[in-house]
Amino acid sequence: MGQVEGEVRSQRRRWALFLFVLPVVAIVYPPLYDRVHPTVGGVPFFVWYQLCVVVFGGAVTGIVYLLRGAERAHAE
Amino acid sequence: MIVAAIQTTQAIVIAASFAVITAVGLYAGRWRKADLHDLDEWALGGRQFGGVLTWFLQGGSVYTTYSFVAVPALVFGAGAIGFFALPYLVITYLVAFLVVPRLWQLAHDRGYVTPSDFVRDRFKSRWLAAAVTLTGIVATMPYVALQVYGIEICMAQIGLPVQASLWTAFALLAVITYLAGLRSATLIAVVKDVLIWVTVVVAVIYIPLHLGGYGHAFSKVPASKLLLPRRMDGDYVTLAIGSGLALFLYPHTLTGALASKSRFVVQRNSIFLPVYTVMLGLLAILGYMAIADGIHPSAHYGNNAAVPALLDQVFPAWFAGFGLASIAIGALVPAAMMAIAAANLFARNVWRELRPDTSPHRQTQVSKLASLVVKFGAVGFVLAAPTTYVVNFQLAAGVWILQTLPAVFVGILWRKLPARAALAGWTVGIGYGTYLLVRAGFDSSSASFGVGSHHTQLFIGVPALVANLLVTGGITLVLRLRGKESLQAIATS
Repeated sequence: MGQVEGEVRSQRRRWALFLFVLPVVAIVYPPLYDRVHPTVGGVPFFVWYQLCVVVFGGAVTGIVYLLRGAERAHAE
Repeated sequence: MIVAAIQTTQAIVIAASFAVITAVGLYAGRWRKADLHDLDEWALGGRQFGGVLTWFLQGGSVYTTYSFVAVPALVFGAGAIGFFALPYLVITYLVAFLVVPRLWQLAHDRGYVTPSDFVRDRFKSRWLAAAVTLTGIVATMPYVALQVYGIEICMAQIGLPVQASLWTAFALLAVITYLAGLRSATLIAVVKDVLIWVTVVVAVIYIPLHLGGYGHAFSKVPASKLLLPRRMDGDYVTLAIGSGLALFLYPHTLTGALASKSRFVVQRNSIFLPVYTVMLGLLAILGYMAIADGIHPSAHYGNNAAVPALLDQVFPAWFAGFGLASIAIGALVPAAMMAIAAANLFARNVWRELRPDTSPHRQTQVSKLASLVVKFGAVGFVLAAPTTYVVNFQLAAGVWILQTLPAVFVGILWRKLPARAALAGWTVGIGYGTYLLVRAGFDSSSASFGVGSHHTQLFIGVPALVANLLVTGGITLVLRLRGKESLQAIATS
């Protein structure tokens, strides 16, 4: 019974996984960011934009982990 | 072969760094003392690493010579396309977050050491497990060779005799790994990280100053190299997606994940490993800096020598030695992990399959010996084969390993996948991918695809995976429909 409850609970907040669409959308279409300007400190947009997406991807993963991980801690 | 005078200061710094990691590696055998005749202890460090050690270890398995040498070389030679490594690693960590923790849990509960262990147990299919094992070993070997090649470039840069220094480096690595297993790779990964972070941080501050600031340095890069060439968008994205899906299919990256003490450690690492990706992005920028500094890499190593040559030219001798040592040791850690992972595949999924009565101790012994064969085999291959082979086989390996995705990842996420469907998909994916590679002359991982006048370059791995998934899905559908019919037949009879 407890096992079932835990499983049900870990199913909640499944919607959080859809947040992963954001970093994927940000990189999946290069014409979106394939340009030089605006530069930051001389670094082309193409480079610094993607560095930002890398950090953003980590942040989104952290948010998803907190949203779902807290549930799991309860379930265990 | 280039003959250059040995640069003494650099050589001394590199030798000292290797002495340090040898000492650390040997100490690893006593660290968290356990019975190293047990495969879980030797090959997975006892499955006990917490967040910080796993971060170093996984960093050591994900960021290799490919990141430190090949990616900046691509930026130096071809320009913007080299930055595909950034979206590639964004995709990688989504996969690592969504799929790998489930595999960790299964491995923990059922004692898996390799991806083939999972496939063998889940599908109860010898043939599918054999396909995954074969792909894993064949794809890992050129990856080890690439690490050897990275060390060779660093040694050659400062005029050290290539043969002697490579055999010495790998003899040391072989002894350490043989004795201490994954524990040594873990502790050396910590040392390697200190070296590489210092190198990268100093380089991205010092080198632009030396070149008159980033703005000035970038203005010296031809405009054509700052952006993707026409019709390369598709190549860029498919390289990123294909490589991102493939990375955690390599057995050695899984080794790093399975060594952690919980699946939450694996998940949390997907949050913090991107810190390394930022470092990789900074290293890739050094490819542009090498253009701005007018580096002419040695004819023998070509673009791959661009960043080692840049470090050697820009920095004082002692720090150049430090930087080159960090790149060389950055190749040793993944080489050790790959050798362990390939050896486990051999011991557990080839040897044990053929001799089911092998005792666990004997299995560990087989794995240890196999890890020696992998390492020295890779050194021999790099010294004997033309260097272009090393890079080309590595490209092909990426296409091949991706074809195990249905068996491993889909198998984890969906219990009902039939083994026959995954095996048929694998066969078609490997066949089609290899056909495309051969048609591309085996020296490029992209080919042109399109209908009529609309053509685009794509990374070969992705169309091969699509063919693979279509066959896997189609056969699954047929088998399930047939299954339903026969159930109905039973019900009505």
